Amino acid sequence: MKRPRIGVFKFTSCDGCQLSIMNLEEKFLDLLELFDIAYFRETTDRPLTGHFDISIVEGSISTAWQKNDIVDIRERSRYLITIGACATAGGLQALRNWGSITDYKNYIYPSPVIINVLSTSTPISEHVYVDYELWGCPINEKAFSETLISFLIGKKPGIPIYSLCMECKRMGLPCILVSKSEPCLGPVTRAGCGALCPYFQKPCYGCFGPKEDANIESLLKQFQNMGLTQKECILLLDKMNTYAYRKAKIERS
Amino acid sequence: MTITKIKKDHLRLIFDRLKDSYKLVGPRVENDVIVLTEMDFHDIPAGYKDLHGKGVYRLSGNKDSNTFSFSLGPDSFKRFLSPPVREIFAFKKSKKGISANVSSKEEKPTAFIGMRACDISALKLYDKVFLEGPVRDTGYDSLKRNSLIIAVNCLYPNGNCFCDSLGTGPEVRDGFDLAITEIQDSFLLETGSSKGSEILNGLTIEEVSDKEMDEKNSRTEDCKKTIKRHIKVNDLPWVIYRNPEHPRWTDVASRCLACGNCTQVCPTCFCNSSYDRLELSGISKKSREISGNKVRAWDSCFSKNFARVHGGNFRPSRRARYRHWMTHKLAYWIEQFGSPGCVGCGRCITWCPVGIDITEELEAIRK
Repeated sequence: MKRPRIGVFKFTSCDGCQLSIMNLEEKFLDLLELFDIAYFRETTDRPLTGHFDISIVEGSISTAWQKNDIVDIRERSRYLITIGACATAGGLQALRNWGSITDYKNYIYPSPVIINVLSTSTPISEHVYVDYELWGCPINEKAFSETLISFLIGKKPGIPIYSLCMECKRMGLPCILVSKSEPCLGPVTRAGCGALCPYFQKPCYGCFGPKEDANIESLLKQFQNMGLTQKECILLLDKMNTYAYRKAKIERS
Repeated sequence: MTITKIKKDHLRLIFDRLKDSYKLVGPRVENDVIVLTEMDFHDIPAGYKDLHGKGVYRLSGNKDSNTFSFSLGPDSFKRFLSPPVREIFAFKKSKKGISANVSSKEEKPTAFIGMRACDISALKLYDKVFLEGPVRDTGYDSLKRNSLIIAVNCLYPNGNCFCDSLGTGPEVRDGFDLAITEIQDSFLLETGSSKGSEILNGLTIEEVSDKEMDEKNSRTEDCKKTIKRHIKVNDLPWVIYRNPEHPRWTDVASRCLACGNCTQVCPTCFCNSSYDRLELSGISKKSREISGNKVRAWDSCFSKNFARVHGGNFRPSRRARYRHWMTHKLAYWIEQFGSPGCVGCGRCITWCPVGIDITEELEAIRK
């Protein structure tokens, strides 16, 4: 039987999610047994040719030519899976969606005129149909291999959509929101990271994006009762998943 | 049932005795919260006081001269008897067929130290669900069968306790092997089983005077009197069945985060789901083999996927999910298992990030 062809593509992002794939280490060899990695710039020089059974896309759409490229990739793919906060929610660079692109250019670049970008950074799903989204900044490599296995054997990936709290409680980690009044985004954030921050007594800052049916308004109200200002609350949401959190907040209220 | 006493510093001897044949599980302070873990005598958070509010918990040390001065943390026995994530069996599918291997590990049985009356009542409910129902849960059975329960009578309730209203506490009545009541100068010990009396063999145990019995009773009475929270149960389950469209459900849904914390800390919430855990290395295309594990993990009815079936989801809104949870706790349980599914431990109130209070919600629905 032929191995399914995989292509790994990148748009505006830090490459961290692609590195997570390589962090599979010896399991990466198992992956090569089962799949043909036909395009993956981070690891090989193989040129972009033909069609793919699965396209894995990292990064957000933030330039005009990326808008065309993603359509081309979609046309070459049977399934398209986005990986990471950038591809799934627009990434940290989506902060510019709430400001002026000219201002940002002037703050950062010595010669802003040469920067030719769109005024927004948007997730892949706003441009083409996406079959499956993997959240996280970066993604969890176990979730990644689970997704590929699911493709192979034809099942639905067993990736949680419930809150991080469930993961925390399973691990027996005492809740820092309740016991220390830390502004933890856990109750409105997807599980999947293995409760990395709460494990070290640090509040969750939402790498995995909003969970299904996230009641952000109510949690922020509780943060305000704990003494945070409204502005500080919004800043908590304005990280790598700012676009998704703010959207969820508006849609629910 | 006999009642005896030991000197306060002899409690350590009971621990020493149990250590050989049991895994001791009891209260210990971890990151300023009393959790339930493997522990030893010196780990008991003696003198600690825990403050419980709606969605608030604070712990402070050196506040009391009593050993069992503290109340409940977020954990209960269920972490150990129905572990959060458990492998049920390993499977292999090949050309020859499908095979499954139940993985069983021989482990020391667990001795629960300092279990409170509410948790003992919850444990009885767990037995009803996992042992007395149509299907016997062998995993739970094997963990429960040889375990030992050293109960402790509560000295102080915390701000969210309401066991008194449900008749599940604060006094330990049965379901233990050994029950400890702390008084001024000694520990009073009641044995509830032959295993419990065996522990005391060879210890210097003394007779209990009438005065000490009075002290025990007055301490229990004092504890009861200081319980501030109450829940009215006489009109259950009908008060809930009559109000499925009460506006309060919409109100609570606007506050509820549907994060599932209440169900994870609840000592009677028993829902699980199972899934297949596969690794890339477990799949071989050449020999067409797939191997992996069936894993069971705690689930929660607050998760949207929980009520998803083929063709739709019968509890798509938070309103429906909160209503279902509370209705199950306080109404369906009565028909299913003969008593409410709430033991009044107040954990769901303390550990709710936004402080939703089940007693308050029920009262509001009554209006």
